[in-house]
Amino acid sequence: MTRDRGRKIYDWLDSRVGLSSVVELLRQKQVPKHRHTTWYYFGGMTLFLFVIQIITGIFLLLYYRPTAEAAYESVKFIMTEVEFGWLMRSIHSWSANLMIAVMLIHMFSVFFLKSYRKPREVTWISGVLLLFLSLAFGFSGYLLPWNKLAYFATKVGTDIAGSIPVVGEPVLRLLRGGEEVTGATLTRFFGVHVAILPMIATFMLGLHLFLIQKHGMALPLKEAREKEAGGDLQNIPFMPNFLLRDAIGWIIALGFLVFLASVFPWELGEKADPLASAPAGIKPEWFFMFMFQTLKFIPGHILFIEGEILGILAFSTAGAILLFIPFIDKQANRLQDNRSLTIAGAIALIYFIIFTILGYIY
Amino acid sequence: MTFWMARQYRSVRYILILVSIVVLVPVNRLSADSCMKCHQEIEGAPDSPTKLIVSDIHYRNAISCADCHGGDPTVGYEEGDPSLAMDPEKGYIGVPSYNEIPKFCSRCHSDVEYMRERRPKLRIDQHQLYLTSVHGKRLKEGDKRVAQCVSCHGAHGILSSNDVRSSTYVENIPGTCANCHANEDYMARYGIPTDQYDEYSRSVHGRLLFEKHEKSAPTCNSCHGNHGAAPLGLASIAAACGQCHGINQALFDKSPHFEPWKELGIPECIRCHNHHLVLTPTDNQVGVGENSFCIECHSRGDNGYEAAAEMSSAIDSLKMLIDEADSIIRRIEMSGVDIETARYNLTEATDRLIEARNKIHSFNSRTVRDITKNGISKARHVIQSAEEAGEDMETKQKGLLFTSILIIILAGLLFLKIRQIEGRVNK
Amino acid sequence: MEGKVKTRRSLLNWLLTGSLGTLILATIYPIIRFIYPPDKPEAVRNTIVAAKVGELEKNSGKIFKFGTKPGILVYTSGGDYRAFSAVCTHLQCTVQYEPTRGDIWCACHNGRFDLTGRNISGPPPSPLEAYDVAIRGEEIIVSRRTG
Repeated sequence: MTRDRGRKIYDWLDSRVGLSSVVELLRQKQVPKHRHTTWYYFGGMTLFLFVIQIITGIFLLLYYRPTAEAAYESVKFIMTEVEFGWLMRSIHSWSANLMIAVMLIHMFSVFFLKSYRKPREVTWISGVLLLFLSLAFGFSGYLLPWNKLAYFATKVGTDIAGSIPVVGEPVLRLLRGGEEVTGATLTRFFGVHVAILPMIATFMLGLHLFLIQKHGMALPLKEAREKEAGGDLQNIPFMPNFLLRDAIGWIIALGFLVFLASVFPWELGEKADPLASAPAGIKPEWFFMFMFQTLKFIPGHILFIEGEILGILAFSTAGAILLFIPFIDKQANRLQDNRSLTIAGAIALIYFIIFTILGYIY
Repeated sequence: MTFWMARQYRSVRYILILVSIVVLVPVNRLSADSCMKCHQEIEGAPDSPTKLIVSDIHYRNAISCADCHGGDPTVGYEEGDPSLAMDPEKGYIGVPSYNEIPKFCSRCHSDVEYMRERRPKLRIDQHQLYLTSVHGKRLKEGDKRVAQCVSCHGAHGILSSNDVRSSTYVENIPGTCANCHANEDYMARYGIPTDQYDEYSRSVHGRLLFEKHEKSAPTCNSCHGNHGAAPLGLASIAAACGQCHGINQALFDKSPHFEPWKELGIPECIRCHNHHLVLTPTDNQVGVGENSFCIECHSRGDNGYEAAAEMSSAIDSLKMLIDEADSIIRRIEMSGVDIETARYNLTEATDRLIEARNKIHSFNSRTVRDITKNGISKARHVIQSAEEAGEDMETKQKGLLFTSILIIILAGLLFLKIRQIEGRVNK
Repeated sequence: MEGKVKTRRSLLNWLLTGSLGTLILATIYPIIRFIYPPDKPEAVRNTIVAAKVGELEKNSGKIFKFGTKPGILVYTSGGDYRAFSAVCTHLQCTVQYEPTRGDIWCACHNGRFDLTGRNISGPPPSPLEAYDVAIRGEEIIVSRRTG
């Protein structure tokens, strides 16, 4: 009885929207099964956390006020007066951090599996751009509660951008919306965080997902070579086998989020006071820590160049290299393992981990 | 023409007109004055009388040179003979001698009729007071180094004490006194200390005046008087402090210290709080610890020692409880519970703490204890309600842990489902 | 055998649907509660209902809660309402209205303020912060002066 009614509704929709082609697509979709299949789940998990960010972010917008006078108070209001507001904010904050962590795992797994090779160069580039966008999301979102630590972290962070030769000064003004970090900066960061970045990220994410759908899952080099040699590879259907596995990943992420948000609610801190002197222990968000720590270690001057500028230069170059890896690694297109690049990537990963830890020790 | 018509120059025009009225009018009037005419020609230094006089309050109120110095300003310049103007026959006095100055000024300033017509709000007893001051007495004895009118007010550039540039403007008074009193060489022969300015500026009062620019903060003359300036006698210290801190004075007067201190000649207030260097009191200044003032006289076994220990412990216990309440509130606030009411209610306990500190001046440990008891029960109440609110939070958190468990179960079920599906396919 | 598998499968499906449904409810419930506006509708409260008209007699005062700090509302013998911060500028005690003298008094150190908030005697170094008072219907509204 109910099944018949469901069928009827489906048919009605199908003849108008064309559901069956989607269903067919999903039914046909196969995911390769091999020793590295596990890594495939991290992309989906990132997407899941991004969706959580959008949902919780939109709800927070109902009460948040982006002015220097009211931002801190409104976040406090969300946390203390609004029912489940503390949960909403905690989940938004934790999910942001978790998303970047999972995204980094996703990126490094793609890197080490060399999945960026032909024809997935654009997928890789859109993914790296999504990472940069996420970092920008993190940087702009960090300031929004307008608390002391965030205020000074933003001051230091934008100062670093300001030390770039020639363009530094205008870039600094552009970022801060003036000479100093003020209410103008807050309003600006808010606009960037809730309108500009989401717009670009949605477009970029659409492209990324479309390309994944278009090319299917990439195989690791060894499996790809076997396939080329005519070997028979195991596949699992996307629907429902892979999707259910993906769902387990999402649910675990959700459970972890709820656990973190309830056991370690995100703190609010003290309200920012632009006239107060900088507090001890200013620190950026953890995903910027390795850069922050590096800049601290670099001596004031190396030869004739200022140490800080050299550091910025190095990180910009590293960012550019990361973006254009598919064009650097030509061997991967021939299904050959570029050992030196793998080692370089491993060193970069170890560097990232060690300097992040150092940042918290010092 | 365009300048005087153009709208955009309107404010400039007003300023020009105003400046010409302020500057030109008096100058025109005085340029007809032979005193000014001659002296302007022979004086050049920026601090010469004809330069200074322009901003002088007397001059601005149409009191001319001759009104103080005597003589005839209508003659002498055209004739080329200053002696016509500076004629003792015409009442010319010239420069008064150092010890004549108070009398010189008081000709007008102590004249009831004269002052009432011009500045009815101004007092007329300055000279009378001056004669009673240490400065006045010494001047009478022939000491020409002590302060008289012009030492503080200046001679030709006298400004109203409402003028922020004035040496007698409230914020400038300590500096004006310090001109002499902080000068070691100058004060050497009087054998009095010269650290008053330094101590005052570090005191609560000095910082209130200099850093917060609170005009009602006491300065030198609030305790010593100005025209009648004199050191405070033993008996008048409490009265001086009591002008503002009356409640403390009243408590002290009824306290067991009052009579014996009077007999022993121990000064009230400043015995513990100092005189110029009055600092914010701290709680460890009461009690039997090493910073305590009490143990400077009292020793173990006497009543005062016991009372000091009791007052100190009463205050400490209330203070600790308030700190505890504050940190509990802060912690709960951060976890996202509305705790505003608890914070508001805590002000009742802090009020009691301040009152208890105040009541130390009664030196009655029971009085202090009663107040702190009241404060402690209020603080306990706050802590209790804050903790209840915190438990509310914990319940919510437990609810979420339940959700986490639900999620884990769901993940497990999904895992089973996958095994089931794939097992079927494999079969 | 076949039947056993079937029951196990339907039990699993039933459990899955049930727990998924519970999870969805557990997600939607907080969201709905979040969206519904709280009792205090604004984060920065510069305005508060301090009292009702007729609540105060002439020549009396009332302490009201304004955020986390106390405020004082005075109904003067002249018949107008005045409101100030009730935090004494000396050592932050709560002040009170003293009807016999018609001024605002701080019991801690005997500080006094007149009915414009000005410090007139005792140790307080500066005036009490004055608030604006407006009467809207039956309510006496006190608001912080901004800007």
